[in-house]
Amino acid sequence: MTTTTPPALRSTTLRQSLIVSGLFVVGLLVINFVFFPPSTVVTVVLSGLYQGMLFFLVASGMSIVFGLLDVLNLAQGAFFMIGAYAGFAIYGTLPESVSLEVRFVAALVGATVFGGLVGLAVEVGLLRPLYARPVFQIVLTFGLASAINEIVRAIYGPAGLIPIDPPAFLDTTLAIAGGRFETYRVFIIAVGLILMVGISLLLQRTRLGIVIRAGVQDREMVEALGINVRRVFTLVFMLGTAVAALGGMTAAPFLGAYPGMGTDFLLTAVIVIVIGGMSSYEGTAIASILVGLTRATAEQISLQYLNTPILASVSILIFMIVVLLVRPSGLFGKE
Amino acid sequence: MSALLSVEDIHTFIGQFHILEGVSIEVPANSITALLGRNGAGKTTSLRSIIGLNPPSRGAIRFQGKVISGQRAFEIAQLGIGYVPDYRAIFRQLTVEENLRIAERKKGDLDRKKAFILALFPDLGRLYAWPGGQLSGGQQQMLAIARALVPDNQLLLIDEPSEGLAPVIIEQLMAAIRQLSGQTTVLLVEQNFRVARVLADRYVIVEDGRSVHSGLMADLAGDQALINRYLGAA
Repeated sequence: MTTTTPPALRSTTLRQSLIVSGLFVVGLLVINFVFFPPSTVVTVVLSGLYQGMLFFLVASGMSIVFGLLDVLNLAQGAFFMIGAYAGFAIYGTLPESVSLEVRFVAALVGATVFGGLVGLAVEVGLLRPLYARPVFQIVLTFGLASAINEIVRAIYGPAGLIPIDPPAFLDTTLAIAGGRFETYRVFIIAVGLILMVGISLLLQRTRLGIVIRAGVQDREMVEALGINVRRVFTLVFMLGTAVAALGGMTAAPFLGAYPGMGTDFLLTAVIVIVIGGMSSYEGTAIASILVGLTRATAEQISLQYLNTPILASVSILIFMIVVLLVRPSGLFGKE
Repeated sequence: MSALLSVEDIHTFIGQFHILEGVSIEVPANSITALLGRNGAGKTTSLRSIIGLNPPSRGAIRFQGKVISGQRAFEIAQLGIGYVPDYRAIFRQLTVEENLRIAERKKGDLDRKKAFILALFPDLGRLYAWPGGQLSGGQQQMLAIARALVPDNQLLLIDEPSEGLAPVIIEQLMAAIRQLSGQTTVLLVEQNFRVARVLADRYVIVEDGRSVHSGLMADLAGDQALINRYLGAA
């Protein structure tokens, strides 16, 4: 069989988006080097990447679910929080005699599984009856987020829990370019990168991935091919909530766990998805990193010159507004 | 004669619109039946009702003797019905191979059928690694039919395969569909009567949501009055 080489699989718009994103990162780095000494730049970049990865863990599930179901799952931040609290619960339940390493891994796995199971219950029990009404589903997820917050407040109190101890080998600092950094940040970045690549492989290489990519375009045709699309929805929703819960537990040794922690991440995740182009997975992944770096840079500038981190949240809103003015469909969105 | 598919007086609503008001279709095995009628007569909705995308609210649809109306689309498809919609529904981000792979119902379906499919549509072999969105209209139509051939389907529902295509492409598609009729059964919606007359053994005419006439294509082809009345100048 003779085959011809396909035209560049990556369309020109995708290449343009990648170039623009690359230039944006270079611009941020230039700003950093103008304002700060190299050791601070490394701190800012690491901080940006670690924040970006946490945003990604919340946003990735949201963007895939949105592409497939047209539902913006506003409870995704609550799943992040559920992950953190589930981690605490597992830490607290396992006896002291169990080593910190084992408890840590158990908490990561347990939080992920628990997040997935709650997601399963929510999809089957609450979202499924409303499939004909996407707007109702959005309102439902919003209400669910408040409910979960209040449940957590009722069980654990309003104060929040102090960060759990990570295993000793992650509870150290690293010296890079004359500065010192928590090793744990690097761990969070690694977890984020592994999931970024893993989800990408799932989408590109597996049958489930083919079905998801097809379903984003035309779920009716996918159904007419003999595929139970509802079951795919359930699975994807569950995977999304599991990843968010994993994110929450991964952040727990750093941020602790408190009611409302999900809301902070939800808002940023929505900004990430909008900047990335709503249902584009590549867009969400890259926008997470861009938003993280922007936020960290603005935070550092703001701390240094205004003595308050106020610019951090403002900067990403400005970033979103600029992207929307220039490209209303987002960096990687379809025109 | 027992039909492979029999649609018995179905009524279908889309929203509050009563689109089908009594459509009956008999499709004997190993034949090509053409669903004819003017634009908006209810041909596409008839196919969508059969595959379960617009389930009928009254009447029954039987496939291989069993009632299938009321089941969900994916369950109906799994019984062995392939659907080729008028808008082709090629997944643009997926490669030609992935567009075929997604139609597999059993592992290895595509490997078993690949040689047959590529012999039928040699162009697709050349374009195997291309994204579906980069294919021309004719190539997308071939891919849409090829996709319905990947699993073991007993019945193909093909909606307007010739629409918007160049005559030379239509010739190729007709040859392919003709070749298929030896081993599978086809229910074809076709606006182009010349195409339908050459391809089909039987016909059903739909008008204003009702099936009004059916019979052998050979008889219809000789009945100019009937053609003029229901199909306009053909």
